[in-house]
Amino acid sequence: MTNMKRRTLLKGSLAAGAVGIAVGSGLLAPRTVLAAWPKDAFKATSVDEALNSLVGQSQLEGSDKIEIKAPDIAENGAVVPVSVETTIDGVESISIIAEKNNTPLTSAYILSPRAEGFVATRIKMSETSSVIAVVKAGGTLHSTGKEVKVTIGGCGG
Amino acid sequence: MANTIKIRARLSGDTTTVKALISHIMETGLRKNSKTGETIPAHFIQEVVCEHKGETVMTAQWGPAISKNPYLSFRFKGAEKGDTLTLRWVDNKGESDSIETKIA
Repeated sequence: MTNMKRRTLLKGSLAAGAVGIAVGSGLLAPRTVLAAWPKDAFKATSVDEALNSLVGQSQLEGSDKIEIKAPDIAENGAVVPVSVETTIDGVESISIIAEKNNTPLTSAYILSPRAEGFVATRIKMSETSSVIAVVKAGGTLHSTGKEVKVTIGGCGG
Repeated sequence: MANTIKIRARLSGDTTTVKALISHIMETGLRKNSKTGETIPAHFIQEVVCEHKGETVMTAQWGPAISKNPYLSFRFKGAEKGDTLTLRWVDNKGESDSIETKIA
């Protein structure tokens, strides 16, 4: 078991090393490695900051055309199932935000015109807070929120 | 890193529902090793891309706040039974995996 772990660790660091060298020597622009992972948005410590960084605006318009499915009480904050469904037309992206996490933005989903306004995943929540779904459509940010009570936080520590 | 993805894509009417489970540690970089007190470095999937007929239908951008062994589901239109669907992920250490599946 320890042997196996060592092996994966070795493999991991070797792979990381190789990428590092490739990036360093300019063979591989960082952009091609990851299309455009919005680092600053994921590091932002407030909802406004995260949205400004992610989509360039933070003004939210409440909408009743978005439905969030999440438990009222999550016993384990490390695994909170969340799904977002919307009937708004022309959805460009859906973002899922846990308001009181250290870094509130959990994930963003860029949807092609063929995709429907629906995503489901499982997120980590550090404490009881509002889960906010932000739907970008036609240059406007539509949003709705749902309170989730967290019994045991799931962000480490 | 073989076989980290389990995927199912099912057509109903004109809508294909995709459900995927990825095995990944999704380490936040905030946890400490309880014995040594050292911070465990972040290791999480940053991007999941799904393609159908060479066209990206969905790109998920993830932070470390997605649960360990992530689950992802979404829907899209315009596919037919038997079409090939590709799903791939890349994490913050540059590791990646991909899978192809036929829409059922």
